[in-house]
Amino acid sequence: MRAGQYRQRVPGWRDLAAVVLVVGGVILLGSGAREMIGPAAHAQAVPISLSPQALPLYTLRTVLRMLAALAASLLFTLTYATVAAKSRRAEMLLIPLLDVLQSVPVLGYLSFTVVFFVSLFPGNALGPELAAIFAIFTSQAWNMAFSFYQSLRMVPGDLDEACRSFRSSPWQRFWRLEVPFAMPGLVWNTMMSMSGGWFFVVASEAISVGDLRIALPGVGSYVARAIEERNLACVGWAIVAMSIAIILYDQLLFRPLVAWSEKFRFEQTAAPFAPRSWVLTLFQQSAVFQYVNRIAAAGLQRAGDARLLPGIRLPPGRHPGSQRLLDGIWLLAVAAAGGCLVWALLRFARDTLSWSEVSRAAGSGLLTLLRVLVLVALASAVWVPIGVVVGLRPKLTAMVQPIAQFLAAFPANLLFPPAVFLIVTFRLAPAIWLSPLMILGTQWYILFNVIAGASAFPGDLREAAASLRVRSPHWWRQVILPGILPYFVTGAITASGGAWNASVVSEAVNWGSTTLNGGGLGAYIAQMTHAGDYPRIALGVAVMSVYVVAMNRLLWRPLYAFAERRTRLD
Amino acid sequence: MAYAKPSGEPLPVLANIDLSLAPGEILGLLGRSGSGKSTLLRIAAGLIRPTSGEVLYRGQPLAGPAAGIAVVFQTFALYPWLTVQRNVELGLDALDLPPAQRRRRALAAIDLIGLDGFQSAYPRELSGGMRQRVGFARAIVSDPVLLLMDEPFSALDVLTAETLRTDFMDLWIERRLPTEAVLLVTHNIEEAVLMCDRILVLGSHPGQIAAEIRVPLAHPRNRLAANFRALVSEVYATLTSRMAESLAAVSASPGDRPHGLPRAAINRLNGFVETLAAPSYQGQCELAEIAGALALKVNELLPIVAALQLLGFAELRQATIRLTAAGRVYAGSSTDERKRLFREHLLRFVPLAAHVIQVLEERPDHRAPRERFELELQDHLHREDAQRTLMTVIDWGRYAEILAYDARTRIFSQIP
Repeated sequence: MRAGQYRQRVPGWRDLAAVVLVVGGVILLGSGAREMIGPAAHAQAVPISLSPQALPLYTLRTVLRMLAALAASLLFTLTYATVAAKSRRAEMLLIPLLDVLQSVPVLGYLSFTVVFFVSLFPGNALGPELAAIFAIFTSQAWNMAFSFYQSLRMVPGDLDEACRSFRSSPWQRFWRLEVPFAMPGLVWNTMMSMSGGWFFVVASEAISVGDLRIALPGVGSYVARAIEERNLACVGWAIVAMSIAIILYDQLLFRPLVAWSEKFRFEQTAAPFAPRSWVLTLFQQSAVFQYVNRIAAAGLQRAGDARLLPGIRLPPGRHPGSQRLLDGIWLLAVAAAGGCLVWALLRFARDTLSWSEVSRAAGSGLLTLLRVLVLVALASAVWVPIGVVVGLRPKLTAMVQPIAQFLAAFPANLLFPPAVFLIVTFRLAPAIWLSPLMILGTQWYILFNVIAGASAFPGDLREAAASLRVRSPHWWRQVILPGILPYFVTGAITASGGAWNASVVSEAVNWGSTTLNGGGLGAYIAQMTHAGDYPRIALGVAVMSVYVVAMNRLLWRPLYAFAERRTRLD
Repeated sequence: MAYAKPSGEPLPVLANIDLSLAPGEILGLLGRSGSGKSTLLRIAAGLIRPTSGEVLYRGQPLAGPAAGIAVVFQTFALYPWLTVQRNVELGLDALDLPPAQRRRRALAAIDLIGLDGFQSAYPRELSGGMRQRVGFARAIVSDPVLLLMDEPFSALDVLTAETLRTDFMDLWIERRLPTEAVLLVTHNIEEAVLMCDRILVLGSHPGQIAAEIRVPLAHPRNRLAANFRALVSEVYATLTSRMAESLAAVSASPGDRPHGLPRAAINRLNGFVETLAAPSYQGQCELAEIAGALALKVNELLPIVAALQLLGFAELRQATIRLTAAGRVYAGSSTDERKRLFREHLLRFVPLAAHVIQVLEERPDHRAPRERFELELQDHLHREDAQRTLMTVIDWGRYAEILAYDARTRIFSQIP
């Protein structure tokens, strides 16, 4: 026997459990996927059943959409971000584009994509399926691509040079250095994006654009049906099913991934809290899976080792003038394409929209902006003190943090019906009482990040404050709040972005045949979607994007830069 | 101060510590890593409550951080978002002064410590030495009676540390500080002899006062003076004699009563042996001298010395280390020869290593999970000590090629 090798154990309970997990997963995925590509007539002929027994299968379908979107996002991330990081000219275009795409409200353009995909696969369930998957994709891909792009830009120079000096081809470098280096960040970002995705999958399953009414079998359609029928009990069932699905997703997919990706962490010192996962341990300690793993790993290793492209030669010394000329041509081409686009857009808009319509949309936008600002401020006032108190106590943090994470992932739109039921029953003013729904799901990002910030607050700074006997108001103002500011801003950015998105489904809601309209840009978009008025939907989405971009540029970015600069010591 | 071991009994970090600080003195605390020096300082600062016993400050029991006690931190502990001035003013927060007076006193402290002109700077704009000056200014601004210093110079480079030390000692000797007494935790023996009037050597497991050394030299002290060197040697001898006692316990203990092993990396052991065997030392040297030559701090030097003595490659007489016959052979051998010799000595002189190998041998698949040994060790050692000891066993065992360890599955396996 040599080092690192040992006799295989007799298969034990771990192997059994691991096999059950994998085979079960494969069978479930397979059966669900077959349904998905069935003919649309079949899918639409079967109406959504409100029986709780149908719910497990619906939940499975919803989960599958999440998985498909995840795969698509991963593929997009690996290509788009790589191109952006490798080519300076592509970077000039792709990164600003990504930045804007991040700010476009996903639910706003759902109507376009549904129509587009349905027309792409007429009479087939694949169209609406793809539209739903695309909605989830757009809610996570931009974020993941950004994370990967930033990691690629931060690969340490010495590791890169070492790889080059071994004459590795770009393909080899990508799999041996760049992907492993970016892995922890990518996994973490995927998990965070995924938790936002549940909201969109629920919202995108049941949608009606003008005459086109689509209800894909899933938890979202189940809830939509329950709302039509005014059945609060069924909404409760859906909440239970969704909770179970999210917990399973976290335990079976992301916790193992996070624990596994720890080994790629570049810092030489071990993290104080190494993430653990019982599923990962199970797989790693099972003899059967070690065997399977070894074969799979060998295959992947071969794929990563393939050279595909020759090693890089130093680029021939080009004339700087010609470089500038090429840059100029590239910029000109991009500008021309952009110009054409704007011209086409203007023509389209002039025929269908009026200035009064634009100012109406912009005015509604102001109302939504006011709501977002007030709600983020209120949520911060509540959750920042609580987050600090929790984050400074490790035991409490270990208990509360997973709950906050779960609540952030839970699709808040499932909780709308009970709230709307209350508003309808007590005849409350919708313009005010519908507003909190916007922040219902995303406020947890503030709590979650503040807890993380407070638990990362340096121990010596806490001890110093205790030893100097700094008193309460000063302690909050000068010690802890500046320390957690970057974390808080990160949370607040996510919360406000989520709130803009949620406004599309929360500013105008239905309960049976009753419709509540709270006004605002979200309600405007929802109304136009219901009417199938595409130019006005586009206008609403565009105005909302402008608001989000402006808010990011004028408020959040400067605030984050300020907070980050202040807390850095070097 | 105590931690619980797996069986539930508390395993004390510090025990039977009884020390008092007199006005006008600087008291030094020296000891190996894990001897609880920093814990003791934090207890004195009121930052940690001892599980038993009490701290009297001016005759009153200490309950939490008190007025008149200030701490200088090893890591400076400056708030990056506050300017130098605001950082220092934070030291006056508890005194409830009018703003004008706060500003005036802060400026006076900044001036005294040599930071004049930097008051509007942020800590990130300052070098390490200047940052620690802010740490000092913040500590003295409230006119503390007692100053607690937790390795205040160890995060600075040698030159910067020396300057800051000298500046502080000048203030102290000229009585320009209102402070009456200083407690200094340090790893640096020369620093202790240079600054302190009295040095307490802490023994470990549990931390207790092992020896007290008075430093009767007048300030300013000269590092090169014969009596200074003699005191440095004495401190080395005291520290190492403590170590020799605990090593005797390791070697004497049978496999079922394991003791902690020093955390000494193979590279350092080999480098140290090679240096010692070189013509300039001829296999024998005073610890103070070789520590200076290799720029090793006490907490780095002691594990190396302990490991070499434990493995039978060197022996310690007073504060002089000498290679044994085996040590000389080891120094002159090729890599493979060295490994063979190391393996032999490891199994012969380190009962824990022999014990691990025996356990692996007895198991049918010659493998054992890390927990198996971890739990066993934790009955006698603190969690961190047990971890450190296992790391050493893994490190040494791998070098000796007698065992393999998979960090992913946390499993030990034997190499026949």
